[in-house]
Amino acid sequence: MSTFLGIPVYAPRGVGQLRTEEPFPAAARKALGDAQLRRNIGHATKTIREKRLRVVSEVPDWEELRVAGQQIKAATMARLDEHLERLEREVTARGGVVHWARDANEANTIVTRLVQATGETEVVKVKSMVTQEIGLNEALETAGITAYETDLAELIVQLAGDKPSHILVPAIHRNRAEIREIFLREMGRYGLPAPPDLTDDPRELAMAARAHLRRKFLTAKVGISGANFGVSDTGTLVVVESEGNGRMCLTLPETLITVMGIEKVVPTWRDLEVFLQLLPRSSTGERMNPYTSTWTGVTASDGPQSFHLVLLDNGRTAALADEVGREVLHCIKCSACMNVCPVYERTGGHAYGSVYPGPIGAVLSPQLTGVEDNASLPYASSLCGACFDACPVRIDIPALLVHLRAKHVEERRSASRVPTAEAVTMAAASWVMADPKRFAAAEKASRAGRLLARGTGRIRSLPPPLSAWTSSRDLPAPPAETFREWWARTRGPAR
Amino acid sequence: MRIALFVTCLADGLFPDVGRATVQLLERLGHEVVFPDRQTCCGQMHTNTGYQREALPLVRHHVETFEAYDVVVAPSGSCVGSVRHQHAMVASRAGDESLAMRAASVAERTYELSELLVDVLGVEDVGAHFPHRVTYHPTCHSLRMLRVEDKPLRLLRAVRGIDLVELPDADQCCGFGGTFSVKNADTSTAMLADKMRHVLDTGAEVVSAGDSSCLMHIGGGLSRLRSGTRTLHLAEILASTDDQPAVRS
Repeated sequence: MSTFLGIPVYAPRGVGQLRTEEPFPAAARKALGDAQLRRNIGHATKTIREKRLRVVSEVPDWEELRVAGQQIKAATMARLDEHLERLEREVTARGGVVHWARDANEANTIVTRLVQATGETEVVKVKSMVTQEIGLNEALETAGITAYETDLAELIVQLAGDKPSHILVPAIHRNRAEIREIFLREMGRYGLPAPPDLTDDPRELAMAARAHLRRKFLTAKVGISGANFGVSDTGTLVVVESEGNGRMCLTLPETLITVMGIEKVVPTWRDLEVFLQLLPRSSTGERMNPYTSTWTGVTASDGPQSFHLVLLDNGRTAALADEVGREVLHCIKCSACMNVCPVYERTGGHAYGSVYPGPIGAVLSPQLTGVEDNASLPYASSLCGACFDACPVRIDIPALLVHLRAKHVEERRSASRVPTAEAVTMAAASWVMADPKRFAAAEKASRAGRLLARGTGRIRSLPPPLSAWTSSRDLPAPPAETFREWWARTRGPAR
Repeated sequence: MRIALFVTCLADGLFPDVGRATVQLLERLGHEVVFPDRQTCCGQMHTNTGYQREALPLVRHHVETFEAYDVVVAPSGSCVGSVRHQHAMVASRAGDESLAMRAASVAERTYELSELLVDVLGVEDVGAHFPHRVTYHPTCHSLRMLRVEDKPLRLLRAVRGIDLVELPDADQCCGFGGTFSVKNADTSTAMLADKMRHVLDTGAEVVSAGDSSCLMHIGGGLSRLRSGTRTLHLAEILASTDDQPAVRS
């Protein structure tokens, strides 16, 4: 047993994007009614799913790689403090400056001050989940600093004043026609406008974004990024991407500020090698991603001459303190679980509220904020298990969902002495089912349900909460004879 | 072989034909079936809804009921999944390590029907006759918790007269998910709609599966649509013969 000192700090309220604004069922209901969104996401997830299956099936030792990834993560988390201190030492020794941020507010303050110290009012950004988690763009805006997203899909989302709905392809809910409209309407307000004769041809759309972004890259003095990995052995940061826009931000500005969640550390380059095989095949369904940028501190007269690394907790230590739930920190943000999830495929990402949607979001967000603040998310799954099979580091997401449900029920129990209707029902069902006599009696009593079927064999309407079932599905009427009655009648006394 | 039947609470109370078919099938193959009549429910609904404290007495009761038997079979991938992957965990989290060990021991001897037939009894052709067009939904827990792979399909392919048609996107969840179907009824229904569309596209008379719960969901939707496609459990098809064709009472 390890001794735990101090109270784990959850991600604070009122900053960033980790909490649902309305419970998942209500948000999902709205999304389910959006035919365009259903079609866009259904099409996109199916495409990525099939690509991923193809490239994964050609790796003969894929299962061994998954196990290696799982074990490296587990071993790293067990000594996370040591690895982080090593990372700090190595980054510092190579000319970088390391900052520690307890939560979103601290991280936003640190980054804002660093930008202000340069005297700049514009920054270019590499696509990053962590800066969205903490609401960095909004914090910078409050300080009069404009942050430009440079990832193509993030640019679409930002121009539309929208929110990302997927961690890898944040504009997955948009189609080409919608993107064309957004470019025509919005680009001119932030820089080079889109050509007036722009069509919805993907190449034309990409060229418009390229021209628009090129001006930003060439003028920006400050770049901000997240990190896919931080190798503690050498103090090297790693960003994996497809477009090369990230590399522009990482190499052209004078100052580079990287915000990294503390769980992103890997001890050595040998460990990194495993993840660089697992990540692209799982995320974009590619054998290898086009751009992998690595940088170590500051290199004289090459690239940014000032480098800052902000190490962010924001609830991660709280997740680490949960012996079961800590597995969520193994996530390498590949998004494979979203693309295979039958719930995500139908509701899209916005229904999850947090910047981390899908199965992994349903177990990550509640652990960063405390279950109470995202109580509906652990239930947003049919526990079908497709996410576990797709996860490149074998996170047992269904087991974590069940664990968080139990945590939620226990927290509710200790918060109020008055049990919920559900808790009363569950306790009663347990009391009945723990005893064969009571169970058989309950079966007999339920035969009254035959009346509801009015001789049709089907029950079409039930009172709440079961009305949620009969709203779209019939229920069979209880049979005239249960199995155990049949057995007793035909086989005599049991056993 | 002497086989203890864990019929599951759902089959006992709502789908007794599934239990009867399981008994008839195993007896036809020359095995002795016993029904420990103290059995109730595996507690999966409690565990998966977060009520592990309430699941504990059910786990204990299940272990006490079945630990005397060498081989236990259930016509449900989901309930066997609960016995195999959750019982020891529930006991262990409640601090009862001795119960956890006993639960793990019962779990080792508990099989889903297709596992019992193919792996333990070594049979694929069970001598069934079922001259109908059938499509098979593999169910999530059979596929991804138990990894039964194509065992149910191997059993079905050996059935005389059957016209077995492939279900498109078969491995996608039907949207049941226990209390998920009520807590997230809209999303559950959206998943069900796609499953039904695929089922109806096959033109099958019968959609079959190894779990009464998934069939209750798919069947509930098909019935609401008056689709004319009915559901039958794998056990019912395998029990069906010339003399005793499968009928749903």
